[in-house]
Amino acid sequence: MNGLFVSSSPHIRSARTTQKIMLDVIIALLPALIASAVIFGPRTLLLAGVSAAACVACEALWEKLRKQPSTVSDLSAVVTGLLIAFNVPASMPVWELIIGDMVAIFIVKMLFGGLGCNFINPAMVGRTVLFLSFTADMTNYVIPEKAVDALSSATPLAIMGELGWNDFPELLLGIHGGVMGETCALALILGGVYLVIRRVIKPIIPISYIGSTLLFSWLFGGEQPVLSLFAGGLMLGAIFMATDYVTSPYTNKGKLIFGIGCGLLTAAIRIFSNSAGGVSFSILLMNLLVPYINGLTMPKPLGGVSEK
Amino acid sequence: MSAVRLHGVRVPHMKNTAGRKPERMGVPTVVTIPMSMHIGAPAEPVVKPGDKVMVGQLIAKDAGPVSSPVYSSVSGVVKKIDDMLMSNGKFMKAITIESDGKQDIWDQLKVPEINSFENFIAAVKDSGVVGLGGAGFPTAVKLDIKDLSRIETIIVNGAECEPYVTSDTRTMLDDAEYVWEGIKLLQRYLQAKRIVIAIENNKPDCIRTFQNMCSGNNGIEVAIMPSIYPQGGEKVLIYNVLKKIVPEGKLPIDVGAIVINCTTVAAIARYVKTGMPLIEKCITVDGSAVREPKNVIAPIGTPVSDVFEFCGGFKEEPKKILYGGPMMGIALPSLEYPIMKNNNAILAFGQKEALTPEPTACIRCGTCIESCPLRLMPTEFAEAYEAGDAERLGKLKVNLCMECGCCSYACPAKRPLVQTNRLAKSFLAAHIAEKKAQAEKDSREGANSR
Repeated sequence: MNGLFVSSSPHIRSARTTQKIMLDVIIALLPALIASAVIFGPRTLLLAGVSAAACVACEALWEKLRKQPSTVSDLSAVVTGLLIAFNVPASMPVWELIIGDMVAIFIVKMLFGGLGCNFINPAMVGRTVLFLSFTADMTNYVIPEKAVDALSSATPLAIMGELGWNDFPELLLGIHGGVMGETCALALILGGVYLVIRRVIKPIIPISYIGSTLLFSWLFGGEQPVLSLFAGGLMLGAIFMATDYVTSPYTNKGKLIFGIGCGLLTAAIRIFSNSAGGVSFSILLMNLLVPYINGLTMPKPLGGVSEK
Repeated sequence: MSAVRLHGVRVPHMKNTAGRKPERMGVPTVVTIPMSMHIGAPAEPVVKPGDKVMVGQLIAKDAGPVSSPVYSSVSGVVKKIDDMLMSNGKFMKAITIESDGKQDIWDQLKVPEINSFENFIAAVKDSGVVGLGGAGFPTAVKLDIKDLSRIETIIVNGAECEPYVTSDTRTMLDDAEYVWEGIKLLQRYLQAKRIVIAIENNKPDCIRTFQNMCSGNNGIEVAIMPSIYPQGGEKVLIYNVLKKIVPEGKLPIDVGAIVINCTTVAAIARYVKTGMPLIEKCITVDGSAVREPKNVIAPIGTPVSDVFEFCGGFKEEPKKILYGGPMMGIALPSLEYPIMKNNNAILAFGQKEALTPEPTACIRCGTCIESCPLRLMPTEFAEAYEAGDAERLGKLKVNLCMECGCCSYACPAKRPLVQTNRLAKSFLAAHIAEKKAQAEKDSREGANSR
């Protein structure tokens, strides 16, 4: 016998891996990606592919230059790439999109130490940098090919006051202007349900985020608080961006505080500042508070006696 | 007191051997019996090389208040008494006995006379019984409660939550009378008001057996526990059965509870009934490399290689051998190690299962926190340990970690969290000791300068 392995217990491990989790997130994004291709045309697929590839390439390049072991197989760069693509309109020039990818991977992710070490969501920063740098291109919302009325040719958040419940089906299906991945609320919710069923995420953040957005929108006197939930980037942000493990709190209580904070900020920005990007700024701001939320919501160890 | 459910993980049960009655293996040619198969002071040999010994004969006496005597598991001749390298990396004195194959029973064995708490405890001590669930704490020390009125509940631990291991299951089925006798002894001599036999719900046969025995018996009941690892952990079981929390640095008795493993209970009863001390163990032999997984009754001191041999040997080259289950078991560097009192399983795995997955970056998913039954934060331990922050480790209560393995098991990044916890625990302990020594030194110097 040529030697036995000796290692620290436990000697069995669960089947869950980072790669499988990321793959599940990619699968969960597919309905919305398909919906975007149907609504805005096949260019969305090109953007998604380029963005994912660019993120993977950036990570691989960084690790090559820094002589670090490659981590691209964990698929987290693919998720970041897809999410950035989801946050640009279908008309976005490809080179601008790639700048967003580079910002996300080089500056936000790798500079801080790679996966798990970034303190804010890379995709969200990529999106925000693009929004502030190329505002015109980022808000050049493509009108859906199947546009039928005023709603479908505009971004609904801008004309919330004019909308009524008869516009709900179009909101739900996403047949209206907006960035490519955010419009089809139905597809995003479907992806979210998949993630919950696969136990990749808990529903706490999406539900508390969306719920508190509704509550505060109503309290702040926003127009059409219920319908506005299905407009803009809320569904995409609440289901896919705010639930990012690295930049959200550990515990259920922490997640609840985080979700409510996001909702409060989103409602406030949407109603009081009239600025697009309420969801992005809210999530980024709450990302910064995660260490404090984690500190405040530390579970009490069973039988732990605090030092006097 | 909170009524919140404790976390844990759903491990694969793999109780492949639960349906097989244990088989008694042949007498090994040589047994090696370590002097420390328990927590506390190692026993002191009372035999010397060349001495003839018989089955059940005292070969080492307990040394100190927390210790346990050791008996010969074979008849034969003491070959040598020397140091052996134990699985924890320390050297320990061990008695090697060459068996004559006759298994002659020691003529001085006698059934102990029991009529009081004191001689019950003395009998438990003489039986050589220690915590057979794996901990190996001398049972007589655990049961020697000065004020019996403190005992509200005795929990007989039949949870057996480790994957693969079924030796407790077999004891509960095949030695149900001994378990029951033992429970009656505890009820009588410890004046226990309530005895709860806690069994995981994946052992319906055991549950039925004891439910039948309990009917009509006041003060003895079966508690059916969900099969969530680590249900059999002492603090976990106390919380789940009694909803009581054992505070840091305290013992179960401080919340009125005693937890005792079902096989331990049976071993006490066997000694009280027959006078035969603990000299053999029911061992689950399983794992992907074992040809015929089964339960084996093996004399203590039998080399694990002999036990595997009895199970048809290996069907593939074993790459990892474990003392105990896969969650908390200890990986052995060779097949020379002996069966010990507190062993309940030996497992052998092939190449595929033996390899440890490569750890990747922590994604801060919080799964480790979500799976810790004691509500600790393993990922934070790792961070604080790497930063050398003993103060923070103290605040995070790394010292409470019982190394059950849930965090490492669940971690999707395959990080060796338990290993880090162990390192962090000893780092914290060293820091506290250092601080204490420094404080003593300071106060001494302060006194001198006055």
